[in-house]
Amino acid sequence: MASSAAPARPRVGVVKMASCDGCQLTILDLEERLLDVTERFEILDFPEASSARSAGPFDVLFIEGSISDPHQAERIVELRARTRYLVTIGACATAGGIQALRNWGDHAAFRDAVYARPEWVASLDRSLPVADLVPVDAELRGCPIDPDQLLELLAALATGRRPQLRDESVCQECKRRGAVCVAVAKGVPCLGQVTQGGCGAICPRYGRGCYGCFGPREGANVDGLLRHLTADLGHDPAEAGRLLAGFTAWAQPFRSAIDATGGAPEGSRRSLPMAPEAARRAAQEGAR
Amino acid sequence: MTERPTPTPAPVPEDRTYAVGELTRVEGEGSLHLVVRGGEIVEARLGIFEAPRYFEALVVDRTPDEVIDIVARICGICPVAYQMSAVHAFEDLFGVAIDPSVRALRRLLYCGEWIESHALHIWLLHAPDFLGYPSAIAMAADHRERVEAALRAKKAGNDLLRLLGGRPIHPVSVRVGGWSRAPRRSELLALRPALADGLAIAQETTRFVASLPMPAFAREPRLVSLRHPDEYPFNHGRIVSSDGIDIPMADWRSIFEEHQVEGSNALHARTLDGKGAYLLGPAARVTLTGGTLHPLAREALDQSGFAELIRTNIYASIVARGVELIHAYAEALDLIDAYVPPSVPLAAWEPRAGVAAWATEAPRGLLFHRYVVDDRGRIREAQIVPPTSQNQAAIEADLVVAAREVLALPHAEATHRLEQMIRSYDPCISCATHFLDLTIDRA
Repeated sequence: MASSAAPARPRVGVVKMASCDGCQLTILDLEERLLDVTERFEILDFPEASSARSAGPFDVLFIEGSISDPHQAERIVELRARTRYLVTIGACATAGGIQALRNWGDHAAFRDAVYARPEWVASLDRSLPVADLVPVDAELRGCPIDPDQLLELLAALATGRRPQLRDESVCQECKRRGAVCVAVAKGVPCLGQVTQGGCGAICPRYGRGCYGCFGPREGANVDGLLRHLTADLGHDPAEAGRLLAGFTAWAQPFRSAIDATGGAPEGSRRSLPMAPEAARRAAQEGAR
Repeated sequence: MTERPTPTPAPVPEDRTYAVGELTRVEGEGSLHLVVRGGEIVEARLGIFEAPRYFEALVVDRTPDEVIDIVARICGICPVAYQMSAVHAFEDLFGVAIDPSVRALRRLLYCGEWIESHALHIWLLHAPDFLGYPSAIAMAADHRERVEAALRAKKAGNDLLRLLGGRPIHPVSVRVGGWSRAPRRSELLALRPALADGLAIAQETTRFVASLPMPAFAREPRLVSLRHPDEYPFNHGRIVSSDGIDIPMADWRSIFEEHQVEGSNALHARTLDGKGAYLLGPAARVTLTGGTLHPLAREALDQSGFAELIRTNIYASIVARGVELIHAYAEALDLIDAYVPPSVPLAAWEPRAGVAAWATEAPRGLLFHRYVVDDRGRIREAQIVPPTSQNQAAIEADLVVAAREVLALPHAEATHRLEQMIRSYDPCISCATHFLDLTIDRA
């Protein structure tokens, strides 16, 4: 036997909570690099891609999705105990996701609005980021995550070094790419200066304002941005606030800024009575 | 094309409950519960226990363009479908006349999504069942070239989505009135070689999957899809069925309805006439509107000899998906060759109060959206009916038929066979709210 045996491949799992599957699909979307990745990692459990199942233990576990029902809240604690590096991927796992907008409202009213028999549906009052329940070792932001950031993290995990992910705003990415500033040139409301970069400034390059899907950057001056939108551009404060009420709304400081400008849009603040649609469904169900 | 002989069912114990563990290689989380009484299957229940995310409530008070961004997040596999049903619904209500090139680009975007989704399903989710592997990754050990070609072909679809929408998952450029950015002709032409390569791979793939042994299965399903006189249905058409339904898209609610079923977080859909289950997706489209397939796709369908089997045997949907994959590459190439950048990439529009309703064809079937909009253009009510929740009753009805043949098999084999069958519908369980945990209740 050779004196320096090849190191064992890290054992990896991919787990889904409340989510759209887009971030784990980004793993399969590595396309021509996917097979290289699977040669460097042992994929133990990835139910969307494989029928071979395992309960771990895992060297690396990727969590997609927010914690939004009682089963998920129990499961994440069990998974954490069997995992060395727990990595959250995407806006749902890192910030609660778009479904965290319900955190501003009356959860029962949400259930009632969509389901005629809400008592058959188990979900938590709030949609929470994973880090609210268990310690997280690394996170990839974005709705969805960026494939280059994913590859960089995988390369770092395979070689045991720190991942080199740029800590900069979308604004800085825009400048580096030479994109025209949509906020300055067209007066388009843009969250680029308060949003973590990593996407490659897609929205400004495609002619629209950033909508914050990579979440707030550390130290983001959200108040300054809101003042600019209202005082300089003349937007109504509630309209400016709703820009933040998107895919990372529950992350601070976006969350407080939404509260300060009058709260999330009405749909998120739903309270009883039921919406007409749900009332119609309930009546149909009752008629049967 | 070969069919496996149907095994003679062994005697089944009188009353049993079966449970299949978590279903893999589908998008989302679900379970299957079979109830067996007196040796007969009395019920098959596909449970969808994906945590609810309440999209129909979240879009209330939002603007149409915000809705396009939000509803994409219902599904990471088919975000474009959600964006398309929404954008067309709003444009129809507001009376926005879009540039013909804007419409051509929307079809091209849909081609990209069909390529990405069908290639994913055929190669990464479904083919391993036919070839006896737990995953495409495991399959690559013996079929490296095939898997590499499949990943290359899928990449061509994702590159098309990336060019048009900034990124393949949750693209950003679809807006009411058109596009926040329309591509240059040179950018599209640069994608041509990869799409032509993808077309050749899709043609070979379709021949290959048509040579695989199909498990025996026969039923007469009720099929529903969009149909358009001049084009294979993506964005537009009338809702038609194999038994004579023929209605405008906006009238979905005149024929169909949703209802809640205990044990599932997805609302089921059914027809109001009491006939119940219907099937959407590639098998329905190929059967109901095969005449509008691209000539190259039609040629592949005819050569496969699968036209009838696609209608009656759900396992053959892998061939239907191959035929549609050919269509998507071939139409994408035609659209690129004919492309002229829109003179008005983004038309101005004014909101109008009323009901915005539209259906488009997601890769896995018809997707209906309906929004009640106020005079400021804000959403007051929303109804989103994903294809998987519409297919759920048909899946359950088929399972009752198929499960009879597998009950005599050892549990692991029975589970595998039923999982393969469910995967044949390409269920997007995240969309429908929503993986497979088979329980068989034998009392």
